[in-house]
Amino acid sequence: MDSSSAAGDLGAAVNDPQLQHFIEVETQKQRFQQLVHQMTELCWEKCMDKPGPKLDSRAETCFVNCVERFIDTSQFILNRLEQTQKSKSAFSENLSD
Amino acid sequence: MAAGVGDFGSGGRLDPGVLMEQVKVQIAVANAQELLQRMTDKCFRKCIGKPGSSLDNSEQKCIAMCMDRYMDAWNTVSRAYNSRLQRERANM
Repeated sequence: MDSSSAAGDLGAAVNDPQLQHFIEVETQKQRFQQLVHQMTELCWEKCMDKPGPKLDSRAETCFVNCVERFIDTSQFILNRLEQTQKSKSAFSENLSD
Repeated sequence: MAAGVGDFGSGGRLDPGVLMEQVKVQIAVANAQELLQRMTDKCFRKCIGKPGSSLDNSEQKCIAMCMDRYMDAWNTVSRAYNSRLQRERANM
């Protein structure tokens, strides 16, 4: 991964392996956090009626299932797109882009 | 010697340690803002039916409860996602 273009004139520090590692780790952490924000918002709509004095077990189960099914959905779509792309290119090799 | 944002140490040389600390702080601030914004949106929807002339008592109670439940939800989602990642890593 080439981060030197994005960092621009930050210079030699960009090639610092410690900094490289730091950027990788923080980017991963941030992806995780971002998806948690997104799924919390989405699942809140599906699982929350009226906020009560505590998160009841029914809602908690709903949130866990919601996360699992959201990831399943994302993987399913990715797989299916991959499949359709494959069969498409097999059938339409003479149809150039 | 207060190190402001953009002040990357002396001599024009970038101090990676200082830089990393600043990035961490900025990430934490961005995450807090993100949570605040989404929580405000969700709890406004849940608790403010018809905006009146002030935030009345029952609305304030609802918002307080909603905030706590939103944090619970956030933590539950974070845990569920994390355990899913662990499981997938174990299956690779």
